[in-house]
Amino acid sequence: MQRYIAQRILWGVPVLLMVSIITFTAMRLVPGGPFTSGGGGRPVPPDIRANMERKYGLDKPAWQQYLSYMYRLIFHFDFGPSFRKPGRTVNQMIFGINFWKAPLRAPILVSAQVGLVSLLLAVGLGVPLGLISALKQNSWIDYIVMFFSMLGVSIPNFVLGIILIFVFGLWLGWLPIFGWGDTILQMVLPAVTLGTHGLAFIARLSRASMLEIIHQDYIRTARAKGLRERVVIIRHALKNSLIPVTTILGPMTAAWLTGSFMVEWVFSIGGIGKFFVTAVTDRDYTLIMGTILIYGAALVFFNLVVDIAYAFIDPRIRFE
Amino acid sequence: MAVREKAVGRALELELRGPPVSLWRDAWNRLLRNRMAVAGGIFILIIAFGAVFAPWVAPYSYKKTNYDRTREPPSFPDYIMGTDELGRDVFSRIIWGGRVSLTVGVVGSLTALIIGITYGAISGYFGGRIDDLMMRFVDVMYGFPTLLFVILIMVILPQENPLQAMTSIFIAIGIVGWMGMARLVRGQFLALREKEFVLAARMTGVRPLGIIARHLLPNSLGPVIVALTLNIPGLILTEAVLSFIGLGVPPPFPSWGQMVADGWRGMRATPWLAIFPGLAITLSMLAFNFLGDGLRDALDPMMRGTY
Repeated sequence: MQRYIAQRILWGVPVLLMVSIITFTAMRLVPGGPFTSGGGGRPVPPDIRANMERKYGLDKPAWQQYLSYMYRLIFHFDFGPSFRKPGRTVNQMIFGINFWKAPLRAPILVSAQVGLVSLLLAVGLGVPLGLISALKQNSWIDYIVMFFSMLGVSIPNFVLGIILIFVFGLWLGWLPIFGWGDTILQMVLPAVTLGTHGLAFIARLSRASMLEIIHQDYIRTARAKGLRERVVIIRHALKNSLIPVTTILGPMTAAWLTGSFMVEWVFSIGGIGKFFVTAVTDRDYTLIMGTILIYGAALVFFNLVVDIAYAFIDPRIRFE
Repeated sequence: MAVREKAVGRALELELRGPPVSLWRDAWNRLLRNRMAVAGGIFILIIAFGAVFAPWVAPYSYKKTNYDRTREPPSFPDYIMGTDELGRDVFSRIIWGGRVSLTVGVVGSLTALIIGITYGAISGYFGGRIDDLMMRFVDVMYGFPTLLFVILIMVILPQENPLQAMTSIFIAIGIVGWMGMARLVRGQFLALREKEFVLAARMTGVRPLGIIARHLLPNSLGPVIVALTLNIPGLILTEAVLSFIGLGVPPPFPSWGQMVADGWRGMRATPWLAIFPGLAITLSMLAFNFLGDGLRDALDPMMRGTY
């Protein structure tokens, strides 16, 4: 088990390295660097541009830039200076100006909070709804859950967010429509907006897997033994039916905890989700790299957590 | 497994019913019995018809302005979905915008299919070391955040006119979205290549390419078609997101995501500007999801209900 975990962690290292190399290469292919135009799109005089590029080390050969970046990142946990916001570092943009003073206000943790609340909503409602509709297959409740889950899978989160803002914020005036972290009520709309797609997806997934499980022979055996239906479902079927849900939770957690651009944009939340778009449109090289690496690290980590979770849910999954 | 028994029973029943039914015929009949899938299919055909024949179907051109009647709420004979701040007909712009969404959805899905099938076929056919290495690369590709990567590629590609913008969306989506298809095809091939008929083909001297094209591909066509259909809503969404943040087709040519982006700030005064295009995105994604679901149930009864 420990060896397996060590192996998986070690496998994460080359993945992240490859990701960083590909990102670095792709960034060099982008036409226009961070200093080709100033504020308002005015061209920057060539002398100033050369000076700026020298200051940030952009005049050195690409491999040197890459190595010195990786050196600072690995040994000093330094994502480098922002190429777009003068005087700011990428660490400040991601972890906040003063992380330890107000950790809950740090952009990365704001995004993580939004993701976590949405995740709790999606799993907490999605799994029970899926299981109920599987156990009552072809009943009206099954049809309703399946129809709404199909709708939930199909509605883009920005459309849903806009509708929710309109109905609950502007029309009924029940809920605040922007910000995060001041009141509990502020959490409702962003969490529903981000969580609905996953909720619907998890409901469909757990329904499908429960339907498959309850037709297995060992469930028939359990029933034939005379166990009560409740015991059959909870003791024998539930655990196995959760495996597919656990699988998708890895990538889903990674994506949600690192922030959703759309949700943060629509609800004016100051997380790191916005960097997934603005970093590229601003040509902020170091920020692009930082954002991708944080996402990649989260993905590697949560997939590892999922792999370990398998061991507890299903002892048949053995590690070699 | 009761599902399996039911499927076998169903096959027997069909066999006993008279004239032999081919696999595809049988799947088609099953698809037609699924009401939601049929409704989805019909809806898609309607939007596709509107998109292809937009100049004749749409009541106005997408750029026809009417400064006397700006921001008008929906009214029956003239503007059934209202007008925007320039007096352009929202309904006509939605019909025209269908061109962007459907093309990106279908062509993007085909691009991902071509890359994915080629990659998955090589990986699954050869197996072993090559397969190992190729699947590791897929892992690496999954390590990128989709939205950021699409935007990064789109920024690299030129987009001076609408056609170039569309092409760069296809390429970006193709580069980002092929991994799922590759994994699917690889899995199918790994399972199929151990079958006797493949061994027989190999013994009679059929070359690897022949085996892939003649024996392995046709036998994995069902799941591939399903994956192709279920890919489309995701791509329609990606395009809508790109247009929403201003990276899609350049205005004045409309796309649904761009219309939502332009309209949503004025939700209180002019809700129809954002709601109708938002509805268009949602309904067409819903239609493709229902159709894909129905296709899966029809093509592969064993897979019924899995997502």
